[in-house]
Amino acid sequence: MRYLTDRARVEGLGSAKQGTAHFWEQRISAIALLFLVPLFIFPFAYNLGDGYEAVRAAYAHPVNAIIAIAFFITVFLHLFQGLQVVIEDYVHGRAGMVLIIASRLLCTLFALVGVYAIIRISLGA
Amino acid sequence: MVAFTLPKNSKIRTGKTWPKPEGATNVRKFQIYRWSPDDGENPRVDTYFVDMDKCGPMVLDALIKIKNEIDPTLTFRRSCREGICGSCAMNIDGQNTLACIYGMDEIKGDVKIYPLPHMPVVKDLIPDLTHFYAQHASIMPWLETKTNAPQKEWRQSIEDRKKLDGLYECVMCASCSASCPSYWWNGDRYLGPAALLHAYRWLIDSRDEATGERLDDLEDPFKLYRCHTIMNCAQTCPKGLNPAKAIAEVKKMMVQRTI
Repeated sequence: MRYLTDRARVEGLGSAKQGTAHFWEQRISAIALLFLVPLFIFPFAYNLGDGYEAVRAAYAHPVNAIIAIAFFITVFLHLFQGLQVVIEDYVHGRAGMVLIIASRLLCTLFALVGVYAIIRISLGA
Repeated sequence: MVAFTLPKNSKIRTGKTWPKPEGATNVRKFQIYRWSPDDGENPRVDTYFVDMDKCGPMVLDALIKIKNEIDPTLTFRRSCREGICGSCAMNIDGQNTLACIYGMDEIKGDVKIYPLPHMPVVKDLIPDLTHFYAQHASIMPWLETKTNAPQKEWRQSIEDRKKLDGLYECVMCASCSASCPSYWWNGDRYLGPAALLHAYRWLIDSRDEATGERLDDLEDPFKLYRCHTIMNCAQTCPKGLNPAKAIAEVKKMMVQRTI
């Protein structure tokens, strides 16, 4: 119980003066994924089940490798931004903060793993 | 915070069934939410029967008839009975609307009436709108100017005046905000469709000189960006307005001033 005026309750800690960048980045990454998802899936599915050498040859081509790297970075950025919004919607307080930190770290890790794997396949012996 | 079940003391029980009017042939059944802060009881749903041959066409007509002739303790807000004061907003047949302009012929079967969802209840069909009104006040719902007041009026072109159509008609009944899941879960911080529609009404007013400050105050992950374009607000608005579009326009203005 706190004796706050109605207006003080609404004002809270005031405006964060941010949120637009997050909103805008999410739209742009969505547009990027519209192209990146099919461009990534087709060579991926085409080589699925082939031997290491065939896959290596496919990703040795810079276009395939760069598309795959762009895909991993964009998809996990977009995923984290989406997850953050969902968590903010439904989970409040400390639990929400823990989930946001965890999802951010995991998304970064997954993106790095994906990028490393592509570089290794692409340039590896 | 998300809640999928009602707290124990808010669980709704079956209430009293009031007797049918004698000699009536065209009777309609009403199921109405009742709760009193004074008796310590859980909320209940009472059943009333109204003689439709002796009742006006709107839901509010039936509510007034019940209060006058059957149960004077039934409590609800009403004033203008023509959709301009916004007092009688409630959940009728599963939809937030104004009882005074919602015809009973639009409802199939029994008429189920509840207070606006996810608002604290004062009594029966009366929600506590204190926070809702304070949120409206926080968006500065007035013309804010810095230039000295002109000799006559602040002039506005016909085209600029037209931009306010579809916004100024809002009567602040809270039907939209009470229908919005984002407002249910985050209503303490999210301003909600009604306040944001009003914010946009002043943002695009050509005479207003505080557009930047208004946008500064709104730019916040919770105040504005909790809107996920669910569109319940536009679906339910008894005045046929589109708060979701107004909020989208505010977001566009936010992006516009950064790029």
